[in-house]
Amino acid sequence: MNIMAFSQTDKSSLIELQAVMKIYGSGQAAMQALRGIDLRIDEGEFVAVMGPSGSGKSTCMNILGCLDTLTSGSYRFKGIEVNKLIRNQRTKLRRFYLGFVFQGFNLLSRTSALENVELPLIYRGVPAQKRRLQALRALETVGLKGWESHAPNELSGGQQQRVAIARAIVTRPAVLFADEPTGNLDTVRSHEIMNLLIRLNCDQGVTIVMVTHEQEMAAYTQRIIHFLDGRVVSDEPNRRQT
Amino acid sequence: MLWSTMLLAFREIRRNVMRSVLTILGIVIGVAAVIIMVTIGGGATVQVKQQIVDMGSNLLMVTPGKRLGPGQSTDSIPFKEADARAIARDVSSVIAVAPVSSQSIKAIFGNQNWSTQVTGTDNQYLQVTNRSIRSGRKFTDNELRSGAAVCIVGGTVINKLFGGQDAIGEKIRLQKLSCEVIGILRGKGQNTMGTDQDDIVIVPLSTYLRRIAGNQDVGVIQISIQDGIATEKVQKDIVRLLRERRHLSLSDDDNFNVMDMKEIAQMLTGTTQMLTALLSAVAAVSLLVGGIGIMNIMLVSVTERTREIGIRLAIGALENEVLMQFLVEAVVLSSFGGLIGIIMALTSSVWLARVLRVPFVFNTSIVFIAFLFSAAVGVIFGYFPALKAARLDPIEALRHE
Repeated sequence: MNIMAFSQTDKSSLIELQAVMKIYGSGQAAMQALRGIDLRIDEGEFVAVMGPSGSGKSTCMNILGCLDTLTSGSYRFKGIEVNKLIRNQRTKLRRFYLGFVFQGFNLLSRTSALENVELPLIYRGVPAQKRRLQALRALETVGLKGWESHAPNELSGGQQQRVAIARAIVTRPAVLFADEPTGNLDTVRSHEIMNLLIRLNCDQGVTIVMVTHEQEMAAYTQRIIHFLDGRVVSDEPNRRQT
Repeated sequence: MLWSTMLLAFREIRRNVMRSVLTILGIVIGVAAVIIMVTIGGGATVQVKQQIVDMGSNLLMVTPGKRLGPGQSTDSIPFKEADARAIARDVSSVIAVAPVSSQSIKAIFGNQNWSTQVTGTDNQYLQVTNRSIRSGRKFTDNELRSGAAVCIVGGTVINKLFGGQDAIGEKIRLQKLSCEVIGILRGKGQNTMGTDQDDIVIVPLSTYLRRIAGNQDVGVIQISIQDGIATEKVQKDIVRLLRERRHLSLSDDDNFNVMDMKEIAQMLTGTTQMLTALLSAVAAVSLLVGGIGIMNIMLVSVTERTREIGIRLAIGALENEVLMQFLVEAVVLSSFGGLIGIIMALTSSVWLARVLRVPFVFNTSIVFIAFLFSAAVGVIFGYFPALKAARLDPIEALRHE
């Protein structure tokens, strides 16, 4: 099955979850993490996913990010039934369409910012010259021009998260998944990161799905989804957005 | 892709120089041990073969007495000079026959003395044992017949008694016999058993029998036979002749022994080769141990870099790509160890060959095989850790601290 064949189909529905259940373990020890999620995220949206810990929001993100599989229901990404893909096909989906930003930055240590940003391009098979150019441009976009040769331990938390964002957007992904991107940062850096995400969403039209537990950060987005006990309890446009 | 994976492996190895060095030590030692064993063993084999050639081709040695079994042997009736002549006369395909009698005697010159092997024989002995005269001359027929007080001396004796100076014309004393040095032998070095073949004084057999031994007994008859003649047939002819001369009846056992020196030498070559193979096999075990060392470190490395693997998998690295990354790292490590081992082995074999006095024989194939083997060790022992890395669940791996 060729993943590339499924580009640009239905523009409106990028992500479609239908009655998605996720059960960890089995028998007596079975734990229902998701109890029937119906969700639709369109291209160009900036969505915040909120909820207390254990509400299933992380599980849902892992499934959306094709890192985890669902137990029952249907997940269609760009019209592809993700649940029918094998591990390597899901990996290719991530490689070509998804970008990830984590709470803990997750950069390769002892590796320069530039090389960190180049990493996803290596797996895409982009030639070295082009890779370097694209990585430099991505670093410039996140405001890290001149910091290319610095290793993560020589950068501040905010800068590290910018490198992580550059790494996520350098491939021009269809969706950027951000899991508590501001969780490890102070308020000033958090707002900087949020402004950067907004800019990416508005200027480059990157679809962003962000998990957060901070109301303040969720306020930046267009749409807020609340999770509780494995269910979506509210899903509404963010009216307070300026 | 492979090239960038290799660069990645090199960088990873450089990051932990100390650990990498310790990891490959097992491979280095294993490869070095195997190559040294094979090289030195090969040198020893070449040396033994060379000594067989030096010994003279197709040499038969007839000794009195025969071992029949443990603690049992026939009477050891010595030969006479006439036996040697009879063999020369009656057995076909014989080139030279030398009757030999010898004993260890202290040779004296001035205030120097040296205990050496004094051998009574004739000029044919030189032919049979593949010796030649370096300076001076052989015995004359007259000297041989009359039992003249003359001798041909080996290099070691010259060194010990004359300090290496020209000794032709000098007189050395062997017990009560004072004999003139008329010739000096060309050096022959050690034989297969490690005895010095230049530690010898040769006198005419008649001189030896009359003036040193005081009897007519010939200890050994050495015979050289033509090339390309079946040794077994000549052996049989000699046995028949000697049985006849010794008046043995059909029921009697041979009370002498005809040995083919080539067989003995070939046996020695075989022993050398077998020992080489055995020692190499033992050395090869250390390669295996080295491989386990690599596996161990690769497993540690996979655990340490779980997070990195998680990142790579999440970003879009396929299982195969992660597998290759770690496999290439293991193979680069092990073949690098192999390379160092080869360099170490070659330098130390050159040195060892000199110390052990065996020729240095460069064996291209074993160097090649050792390198391939070390790379194979990397593949075999690196595969399991690499597979472990590739099979990691990206979510779990990312959570790993």
